[in-house]
Amino acid sequence: MVENRPWLTFFSHAVLILGVLMVAFPLYVTFIASTLTLEQVMQVPMQLTPGDQLVQNYTQVLTGGSTKGSKAAASSMLVNSLVMALAIPLGKIAISIIASFAIVYFRFPLRMFFFWMIFVTLMLPVEVRIIPTFKVIADLGMLNTYAGLTIPLIASATATFLFRQFFMTVPDELAEAARVDGAGPMRFFWDVLMPLSKTTMAALFVIQFIYGWNQYLWPLLITTDESMYTTVIGIKRMIVGSDAANEWNLIMATAILAMLPPALVVMLMQKWFVKGLVETEK
Amino acid sequence: MAAVSLRDVRKSYTPELQVIHGVNMEIADGEFIVILGPSGCGKSTLLRMVAGLETITAGEIAIGGRVVNNLEPKDRDIAMVFQNYALYPHMSVYDNMAYGLRIRGLSKSEIDTRVQKAAAILELAKFLDRRPRALSGGQRQRVAMGRAIVREPQVFLFDEPLSNLDAKLRVQMRAELQGLHRRLGTTSLFVTHDQVEAMTLAQRMIVMNAGRAEQIGAPLEIYARPASTFVASFIGSPPMNLIPSQRDGRDVLLGVRPEHLEPCAQGEAAMTVDIDLIEPLGSDTLVYGHIGAERTGARVAVRLHQSVDARTGHLPVRYAPAHVHYFDPASGKRIEA
Repeated sequence: MVENRPWLTFFSHAVLILGVLMVAFPLYVTFIASTLTLEQVMQVPMQLTPGDQLVQNYTQVLTGGSTKGSKAAASSMLVNSLVMALAIPLGKIAISIIASFAIVYFRFPLRMFFFWMIFVTLMLPVEVRIIPTFKVIADLGMLNTYAGLTIPLIASATATFLFRQFFMTVPDELAEAARVDGAGPMRFFWDVLMPLSKTTMAALFVIQFIYGWNQYLWPLLITTDESMYTTVIGIKRMIVGSDAANEWNLIMATAILAMLPPALVVMLMQKWFVKGLVETEK
Repeated sequence: MAAVSLRDVRKSYTPELQVIHGVNMEIADGEFIVILGPSGCGKSTLLRMVAGLETITAGEIAIGGRVVNNLEPKDRDIAMVFQNYALYPHMSVYDNMAYGLRIRGLSKSEIDTRVQKAAAILELAKFLDRRPRALSGGQRQRVAMGRAIVREPQVFLFDEPLSNLDAKLRVQMRAELQGLHRRLGTTSLFVTHDQVEAMTLAQRMIVMNAGRAEQIGAPLEIYARPASTFVASFIGSPPMNLIPSQRDGRDVLLGVRPEHLEPCAQGEAAMTVDIDLIEPLGSDTLVYGHIGAERTGARVAVRLHQSVDARTGHLPVRYAPAHVHYFDPASGKRIEA
């Protein structure tokens, strides 16, 4: 737009800068707190310039957790989180793409019934079914295991639906051409559908990675062993009592560590992510 | 290469909804057959039944003497070219052509020989590394044909392959198709709704209407002796004039093509056309008009090789008896002289 209205420009920039500050300032405070000693954090008001404890604090949380709360090392928690945040999207993509392949390309009895059954589970997020799910996982002896952390979160109606919508836009002639070429259904799936779904998979991966990484309630319930804590849970377990009893500098350092991987995934996969939601390569 | 037989081939989706009502045809080895008809007449369905993409409800289809009713498309030894080309978007031109051969387990060198040969025939050699997206419509069309050629099938099946091209390219591809057929001599079935494509490409053609084969024959033979009013009015542009008339005391439709009407003096005229519209095309002039009452009278078109004096508003015309066809007004069938 070619417009010259200084006040409008000033006003819109002011709003934008204010918005950025509102998001960025807490992040900044978190980072500053993670570089201070406990005494400095406890001063009111807290100083807003970086301290000299950066290396010590991060070494401490990465190797030994907090001294007063949970002693789980952030390094092992990050690994746990990573396992969870990778297993969930990969599992979801694998299961959903096969399910939608069946629903779109095969005629079998009660096909639409099954589709709607999958769809209806959208109304049943983890929180709603958490007690029976916990019972099942507990009875199967999967508490404090990676399987227990991830399997109940893998089934995904959203991803199934997304792949179904994508498959329905793939021209029928492509499937027919593959048939004439002699490709059976699975061959068509591997050689044609999978490569065409790459961008959709990438988009789903980003969304579900963050979903898996940020899981709170479920890991909180089923991990009691410090070695199985995910980062998000670790932060919670470091907070033990009243405000003064917590080592906020260490907690903030863990929080910064917890924020980095999802941010990295989004930044690195941004191009693919946008493509997957917008572009169709057909 | 092989002969193809269609024996009383029928297709119905439900007992009430029958779309192909028994088509019979023997296609000789190496013949180029065009299936022509308006949209919805079942021509694509018939082709897809030969390909094995649609089941055959009743009757038999044989390729090279072998009944293929229950064979998968890949076992029928056919290759098909689709209207929208159906190229694999994520594969290069080379891979698009090689894909079917790889599935059939041909050796790398054999695949390469065949693909390079097809690419040379179709002038695609420069584009082998490109994705279909980076090709023009005509080039994509060639890749689709290349994919069919490399398989060296018994039969080529073409489902309106030229209808997504612009007019100029269509004429060019038509010529290339003819050349290709001359060179390879593979039995071909070609579906189209465009009568010009049908007339120029076909050795024989099937004119279909509402799931039936109205007439099967060589293009000029069908043009000269249409078997029904449907064929008479579907083939030829403008279509044959059909004028209600009397013959031996019974009602008939008299059919005469626009180019067979010649202007004459009022005294010798078989009929007089009241002119509605004149279209001078340069090489000839089309005169549209009617005979009898303005609204209810028969519409008539006349093709003239000279300009016409429109001021009178009337055009007396006559025709040679050899150029006249008679049809039964009720059934539309041709009445043999």
